[in-house]
Amino acid sequence: MSNSTVEPSIEDRLNRDYAAGFESDVEADTFPPGLSADVVRAISERKNEPAWLTEWRLKAWDIWTSMPEPEWAHLHFPKVDFQAISYFSAPRSQKDGPKSLDEVDPELLRTYERLGIPLHERAALAGVFNEDTPARPEVAVDAVFDSVSITTTFKDRLAESGVIFCPLSEAVHTHPELIQKYLGSVVPQSDNFYAALNSAVFSDGSFVYIPPGVRCPMELSTYFRINARNTGQFERTLIIAERGAYVSYLEGCTAPMRDENQLHAAVVELVALDDARVKYSTVQNWYPGDAEGRGGIYNFVTKRGACLGQRSHISWTQVETGSAITWKYPSVVLRGDDSIGEFYSVALTNNLQQADTGTKMVHLGRNTRSTIVSKGISAGRSQNSYRGLVRISPAAAGARNHTQCDSLLLGSKCGAHTFPYIESGNPSATVEHEATTTRVSDDQLFLCAQRGIDAEKAVSMIVNGFCRDVFRELPMEFAVEAGKLLEVSLEGAVG
Amino acid sequence: MNRLDIRDLRVAVNGKGILNGLSLQIGPGEVHAIMGPNGSGKSTLSHVLAGRPGYEVTGGEVRFRGEDLLSMEPEQRACKGLFLAFQYPVEIPGVSNMEFLRTAAESQAKARGESPPTAVELMRSLRQIAAELHLNPDFLKRGVNEGFSGGEKKRNEILQMSFLRPAMSILDETDSGLDIDALRIVGEGVTRYIRSNPEFSVLLITHYQRLLNHIVPDHVHVLAGGRIVESGDRSLALRLEAKGYAGIDTAS
Repeated sequence: MSNSTVEPSIEDRLNRDYAAGFESDVEADTFPPGLSADVVRAISERKNEPAWLTEWRLKAWDIWTSMPEPEWAHLHFPKVDFQAISYFSAPRSQKDGPKSLDEVDPELLRTYERLGIPLHERAALAGVFNEDTPARPEVAVDAVFDSVSITTTFKDRLAESGVIFCPLSEAVHTHPELIQKYLGSVVPQSDNFYAALNSAVFSDGSFVYIPPGVRCPMELSTYFRINARNTGQFERTLIIAERGAYVSYLEGCTAPMRDENQLHAAVVELVALDDARVKYSTVQNWYPGDAEGRGGIYNFVTKRGACLGQRSHISWTQVETGSAITWKYPSVVLRGDDSIGEFYSVALTNNLQQADTGTKMVHLGRNTRSTIVSKGISAGRSQNSYRGLVRISPAAAGARNHTQCDSLLLGSKCGAHTFPYIESGNPSATVEHEATTTRVSDDQLFLCAQRGIDAEKAVSMIVNGFCRDVFRELPMEFAVEAGKLLEVSLEGAVG
Repeated sequence: MNRLDIRDLRVAVNGKGILNGLSLQIGPGEVHAIMGPNGSGKSTLSHVLAGRPGYEVTGGEVRFRGEDLLSMEPEQRACKGLFLAFQYPVEIPGVSNMEFLRTAAESQAKARGESPPTAVELMRSLRQIAAELHLNPDFLKRGVNEGFSGGEKKRNEILQMSFLRPAMSILDETDSGLDIDALRIVGEGVTRYIRSNPEFSVLLITHYQRLLNHIVPDHVHVLAGGRIVESGDRSLALRLEAKGYAGIDTAS
């Protein structure tokens, strides 16, 4: 009799299907494992970098060698052996830098095709990620494969508006004055252990420059793919929005399924001048490891935006579903008066994944405003932490922050933790923090079942409802992708 | 054929017998009320029929529209047309009533091999039912039961029922926690649905007679000690109200 059977638990039915877990058979030119000043020089040499940049890297190397690894995060993992990792890997066919699409290795093109990333400009008209999207917006893509950029689409069209969108390694040669001025200006080499490592060995990433008064005519996006074994990925992205400029930028990432862990330590710097607005959205789907916690990406990322100008506005929206370990705090330094910083986050952990993620809002200017909405979803035996700092400097008269921090638990073996830090140095500031923790209850699932909705669909509906405040901040095609990703990540989630 | 046919149903919770040989037949279009003192097994009956986990069926059988009900998953029972109006409706924050009911209607239509309602049909139907239950249309945009008053939650159960159009409903103490006006609105809502669906059957579970002034039953049963100990027409309910459950033989 069915009433006597005990329903399978949430844990029993959690399994995830990682569609991006395939490996591409590409002949690669990979450095042997190991890290030293010579390796730093070799990376710089391989990229034909000017001497100032080689020196900049070596300075970072010096800083890194003197820094201890941070241990304050609520994360538990074996120490990374930095000497066992290769710091550069490029598909052999890409040796001479990005080419026109006709010259790109067909295997690489197939890889992006399988991932649903359009690299043909005509195909891109159908929209990135999701051909069902009715709006069919145009999206320019920079595709980064291991340590190098494969191709960047719509460069010519963007150039007509004065927008620069190219690999950072190319911008070093074509726009050295901008790189010298802004590289490390938001995240200095000495910022933290992983930022210092990235500054020494960073490979490729995207460079975006929006001239004064220009609204970028299309969404820009970078798609990061780790493919090579035993290789770390250390990309670096720099986005500059001049006075009155606007840009919406999307970032996606995946990696093959492997038993060993792989290191990803990226740096993203955003600069917004007077009245500029930068909207940065991420769907992070690095391989999370298997159900037993084998493999997966170690994701140590430093992302920071500087609202330098008055009334400038920077928003981070992230949907984090991947990685074995996530250590990431996209932040905004609110320097300009009346500037606005926003952080909208969904972080989902399942199986043995661990995430320690949140944001920092540093209020320096007068009447600066920040909003933090964090939604953590924990399932399986995972641990999910929100860590956030709101700092109001003495000069930040009239500053305001509102933080909403919600945790949703699926099952009884996972953990949700909240570590809010609030430092207010100005009595006229207003800081609000609200936090909730809820569980998907058997009663909710039974209500859904009684109305004809099976457990899988019910969990997906409840989780999507929980994330709604964040999803509505995403560009539409990304919101669709994010919803699907959560559904896949929780496939067969609950009994 | 009976809509619901319960024969000698025996149910235990943690090894303790709660229902001890309950039999009940409900035909199409019939309204039955089950009354009984606290702890008599009323809510256990509604939960077991709807398939809530945690109950051990130790004997007997239940057929719904001719099929073995107890072997079906809860969602299959719903898709076959069995609806439970909950005594304590739970909240689902962030999921709007509209989204919830659209998902439910689509799931049920799929299970029955029917085409799901279009967005326009869905809106039109929900707006009309909400108006009949004196609910503001904004109600549909709010999270399921999120921040609803007791009366709104119960009206929402009737809204869901009227929209999903079941073949049979179990109303589990739907009158509890309702003031006189809310009771009337709920009673009218159920009666309206009964009148427009002649084949629709109802099992009303209640402690008090007062709901039966609004939803008039064809049969009244008294549940005590996990069995039906007395059956009659509406006058039985009135007699119980006057004299209480004291005269009922709960030991049998």
